[in-house]
Amino acid sequence: MVDHRYLLNSKQMASFVTEGYLRFDNLAPDTINQAAMREFEAGMRGAPYGTPLSDVYAQDSAIGRLLAMPEVQGIIQSLVGPNPLFDHHAIHVRQANEAAAQHLHGDAVIDTRQHFDIQLMYFPHAIPLEMGGTLLVPGTHFRRINESEIGRYQNMRGQLPMVCDSGTLLVLHHGIWHCGRQNTTGRIRYMFKIRLNPTVRQLRLWNTDDLGDPEVERILAKRYPWFEDASGRLEIMNRSRLWRFLTGNPEYDTDYWLTRVENMPETLLAGAPAQGSLHRQLQ
Amino acid sequence: MGVLMGNRRQKVLVLYLSNSALDSNVLAWSIYDGTGKEAHTTGDSDVPPYKTGLEAMRAGWRVIQFPQLIPPYPGDEYSTSFYKHEFIFEQLEDVDG
Repeated sequence: MVDHRYLLNSKQMASFVTEGYLRFDNLAPDTINQAAMREFEAGMRGAPYGTPLSDVYAQDSAIGRLLAMPEVQGIIQSLVGPNPLFDHHAIHVRQANEAAAQHLHGDAVIDTRQHFDIQLMYFPHAIPLEMGGTLLVPGTHFRRINESEIGRYQNMRGQLPMVCDSGTLLVLHHGIWHCGRQNTTGRIRYMFKIRLNPTVRQLRLWNTDDLGDPEVERILAKRYPWFEDASGRLEIMNRSRLWRFLTGNPEYDTDYWLTRVENMPETLLAGAPAQGSLHRQLQ
Repeated sequence: MGVLMGNRRQKVLVLYLSNSALDSNVLAWSIYDGTGKEAHTTGDSDVPPYKTGLEAMRAGWRVIQFPQLIPPYPGDEYSTSFYKHEFIFEQLEDVDG
C-alpha cells in the first residue's frame, strides 16, 4: 500500500469523474524518459491479459521504474486499487509528416459498467501542438458508443489536444473519446499506453479527507461546450451516479437532477381511503 | 457517375447542433471535400465554420438531411450516446477538367 500522502484527493477524484481524465505534467524524470525512448525503439515484451501488474515489468525497466514511483502508485491505487491487473499495453507511434489523424473513437467495446478501467498514457518526450498529440474530448466517457462508430465527428467544441512536456502522464477513464492527432513535424511521436483492470470494489480508495469540500460539488457540476442543451443534463445525472458509486453515498446529487425523478412517494395521507376501498367505491 | 456529375463535385458539411432547431448553435462539425481542394481530419480546427445551421444556409450550403426525432427506448431514457441533432449540408462545385 502506498503512503497516504500520495493518494489522490477528493477534488482530483471529482475531476476524474467529471472530465474522464487527470493529467500530471512533467511527472517522470528525464532518466526514465530517456530509458523509455530507448526501450520503445528496441521493442517491448508484453504479458498475457489479466496478469497481475506487479508481475509484468522488470524493476529496472523504464516502465517498471515509472510504475514504482510513489506518485504513480498513489494514482493507480486511488482509481483501481492496490493490485490491479494488466490488460494490455501498446507503444503508439505517429510517423513524421503523418497528415491524417486517427478517427475519433473509444477503446475496447461499448461498456455499461459503473466499475471502470483506467488507461495510463505516458509521453516520454515533449509534444508541441504541431506534433499532435493525443486528442481528448473531456467529459465524453459516459457516452455509450462502440469504438470507432463516432469516427465521423472531426471536431467538437472543447476538444483538447495533448500538448505537454516530457514525462507527462495522462490517466483516462476507459470510455473517454480520443484519437491520435496528425503529426506535421519531421520527427516520430511516441506515446505508451497501458490499460489496468481493478480487482477490488472502487469505493473510497483515495484520500477522502476533503470529501466535504464545497469545491467537489462545483467540479461535479461543470458543463462542457459540446453538450447538447437537453442531453447535457443527462451527463450531469450520469456523473452523479458514478460519484454515488465511488463514495457509497446513495443520496449524492448535483442540482437535484436525480432526486427529482427518484421522488415517488408512497406515504398515504392520514384519513385517505386505502386503495382497495377506493376501488370498491368506484365500482 | 462520371457521366452524371461531369466536372461537378460534392462538398459535404455535417453540423451537430445544440437542439433540433436549425438555428441552434453548432457544437461539432465535419467537412468532406469531394473537389480534393481541402483535406480535413480529426482535430484540425477548434472554431466551428458557422455559429448555427441557419448561418451555414445563408453562406450557400443546402440542407440534405434533417435528423428525425426518435424517443428513447424504454429503460434507456437517461443514457447518452451519439449526437442527436446531426444536420447534413452540401455544395456542388465545378472542378477543372
